Amino acid sequence: MNDVAVRLSGISKKFGEFWANRDISLDIQAGSIHAIVGENGAGKSTLTRIIYGISVPTSGTISIRGKNIRFSAPRQAIDEGIGMVHQHFMLIPELSVTENIILGAEHCSLFAPLKKKEASLKIKSIAENHELAFDPDVLVSELSVGEEQRVEILKLLYRNADILILDEPTAVLTPSETEQLFKTLKSLQQEEKTIILITHKLDEVLSVSDTVSVMRRGKIVATKTTTSVTKSDLANLMVGRNVLLKVDNPPETPGKSILQVSHVSLTDPKKRSRLNDLSFEVNEGEIYGIAGVEGNGQRELLSLLWGMAEPLHITNGTVTVEGASILGRNPAEIASSGVSHIPEDRLKHAVISNFSISENIIFGRHREHKFLKFAGFDTTAVNNYAKSMIDLYDVRCDLQNNPSLASLSGGNQQKIVLAREIDRPGLKLLILAQPTRGVDIGAIEMIHKKIIETRDNGVAILLISAELEEIISLSSRIGCLYKGTIRHEFTMEEVRKGRTSEQDFEKEIGMFIT
Amino acid sequence: MQNRTIKVVVPLLAIAVALLISALLIMTTGRDPLMIYQKMLSMTFGSDYGTGQIVFRTTSLILTGLAVAIPFKVRLFNIGGEGQVLAGAFTAAFVGIMLPHQTPPLIAISICSTSAMLAGSSVGLLAGWLKVRFGISEVISTIMLNFIVQACVGYLLTWHFAVPSTVHTPEIIQSAQIPTFESALGVWRKSPANFSTLFALAASLLSWIMIFKTTTGYEMRAVGLQPEAAGYAGISANAHIMKAMAIGGAMAGLASANLVLGYKHFYEAGLASGIGFIGIAVALLALAHPLWLVASALLFGFLEYGGLTVNAYVPKDIFMMVQAITILMILILTKTLR
Repeated sequence: MNDVAVRLSGISKKFGEFWANRDISLDIQAGSIHAIVGENGAGKSTLTRIIYGISVPTSGTISIRGKNIRFSAPRQAIDEGIGMVHQHFMLIPELSVTENIILGAEHCSLFAPLKKKEASLKIKSIAENHELAFDPDVLVSELSVGEEQRVEILKLLYRNADILILDEPTAVLTPSETEQLFKTLKSLQQEEKTIILITHKLDEVLSVSDTVSVMRRGKIVATKTTTSVTKSDLANLMVGRNVLLKVDNPPETPGKSILQVSHVSLTDPKKRSRLNDLSFEVNEGEIYGIAGVEGNGQRELLSLLWGMAEPLHITNGTVTVEGASILGRNPAEIASSGVSHIPEDRLKHAVISNFSISENIIFGRHREHKFLKFAGFDTTAVNNYAKSMIDLYDVRCDLQNNPSLASLSGGNQQKIVLAREIDRPGLKLLILAQPTRGVDIGAIEMIHKKIIETRDNGVAILLISAELEEIISLSSRIGCLYKGTIRHEFTMEEVRKGRTSEQDFEKEIGMFIT
Repeated sequence: MQNRTIKVVVPLLAIAVALLISALLIMTTGRDPLMIYQKMLSMTFGSDYGTGQIVFRTTSLILTGLAVAIPFKVRLFNIGGEGQVLAGAFTAAFVGIMLPHQTPPLIAISICSTSAMLAGSSVGLLAGWLKVRFGISEVISTIMLNFIVQACVGYLLTWHFAVPSTVHTPEIIQSAQIPTFESALGVWRKSPANFSTLFALAASLLSWIMIFKTTTGYEMRAVGLQPEAAGYAGISANAHIMKAMAIGGAMAGLASANLVLGYKHFYEAGLASGIGFIGIAVALLALAHPLWLVASALLFGFLEYGGLTVNAYVPKDIFMMVQAITILMILILTKTLR
């Protein structure tokens, strides 16, 4: 039991300027179920891709069962007995279960007949050993999602994999399918197989794993035996406390209500509930913080507020800004009523990285008259505006040459987005999603200051962040989001008091978000 | 490598490689490549008539090139230039025949060109609508529309409009004809080069202004580069898909001003003869830049006509291969240099 199946030493992976994994050292014991938890973007997937040989690490070494290995292709990992079940299944729907399982491991020369009968018998026997019963001759297209996943697991067992990586295996499963999966995992463990489980669902970690590692911002922040941790310990480790500098936060004077979300329920196309009777209000001159572990409805709430709820289905409730409903309106209409939104995925949603700095600084606000001249832009006005914003937000860049935004650091890019959105004329409501993700500490301080300043100018601010400390140090009131609903709301007095003993306050919040 | 350097180096390198390969091909036919190239030059740019021929061909190619380049900015691949040219050409001829004889020239030419653009534009728009409404890939729908337009136009020509025992319509009215450069300036004698070249140059300049200087172009480029971010900024990708396809189609339609109003003065079966497809190559070589596209069209015009002039020595198919190799080289180089 005490052999090390996988040992990672000093693994780092860099994409451009961004460290997806940084100096990761980890031992995974043979025959254990080892869970790796962390928020989206924490680097879990990159790490598993490195173990499976899809990505090559920038530095560091991997050893499998004490043997140093340098994979450059998944094929080599498979030969070493490592198998992976991806989040999105790699199955061909038009082929039968047997055909899918033996694909790539047919064990016969090019034109020799395929030994399907034999394979199918072997699959049946493996399946029965692990309570994975089903007919190997049906087409994959006829299977349910849970059954497809079982096929993926069988595929690995058929190849004699003894280290199994499962990436978010329960994301697509119903509760009973999840239970079934865990039974299977336990029975695999009996056979001395090593299982690496990637997830962000803490209940599952606690019920099935032996050891748990928490990842945050590309690093492993803790590795513990599961029996020694509680759910709120894990939640605290996951959402993190990384902000080193405290922002000066003078008392706020909230005014009238701006954003009202009342009794909103939302289902996804598969009719699963995403938001459940969600209600809250954001007032003028206050910051309403939403704390919660990722995947509890944050994304759905954001798309709802920005007119991009399709293909989600609103079953109930209303959302109003200054009394006017925003449901059914598109982003341009919502923005023009004085709402700004800083999306969490900056590069994908907030900027065009191939556009120049000045083109980005008016992106989404390019219909404002002051920037226009005839059918085009008033270049002087745009450039002057860019110059003034860059000075005001201390963006470090070479505006003379107006380079593409991609050449700036994450912090400077975010400052440009912030400048653009906060300076929107007639701004009433500012929606912030992970405003300091992927941003260096210096820029974080500046961004926090600007957020407080905007609040004091009477703007209503909705802050959604995975950083608990960010939520606590900025928010006027805090709503704890859990399974699509606000489970508990901390009043202004409670938050102010909480700020004085932050550790305890974090624990208290942790209780409500797990 | 720097993005800007790539944009200059790639096309030049591609052309160089293609010429090198064609030299080898010429040698396999037992001819001296230098002699062939020299002959080609002297019979094209070296002669008055040859230059006119190249100008004429370049004009069509600029427009069919733009038909591909503009949708390209919204990440659409318009393969339908051929059908859009045909629709435009037939409409130009039809309107040109129907107009009363006493229509003043400027008005007649404007009406004919505009209706040709509208016709090409509707075909493009239809493909855009199919994409927006049903999610049908524009590659497939434009190819299918090529067949449909070809069949419709063919039917209309043979059953309703052809002059008996010919495959062309009657001539359009005198005043709808665009004068040749020869008649006005006395240059490029006997060649079909006509003043519609100015339309093409204006179209290329206006496209450049639209794409790089207007808000519409700004939004289009945003949609092409990062559709999701454009959505967050309140830009409707669908509207721009339709717009780009409509403008692209209109450009192809306008090519008929050169073919019908400037040259043939009637619609004839097989009039487009593949210029819609060469337009794809023209746009790719120019990396879809509306101004560079003029140079790219000139090169293809030269290769096309140059191939004809030396056909007696080497098969002109060699120069069709040069065109194709150039494009393949561009695709290979942009992938490898990045």
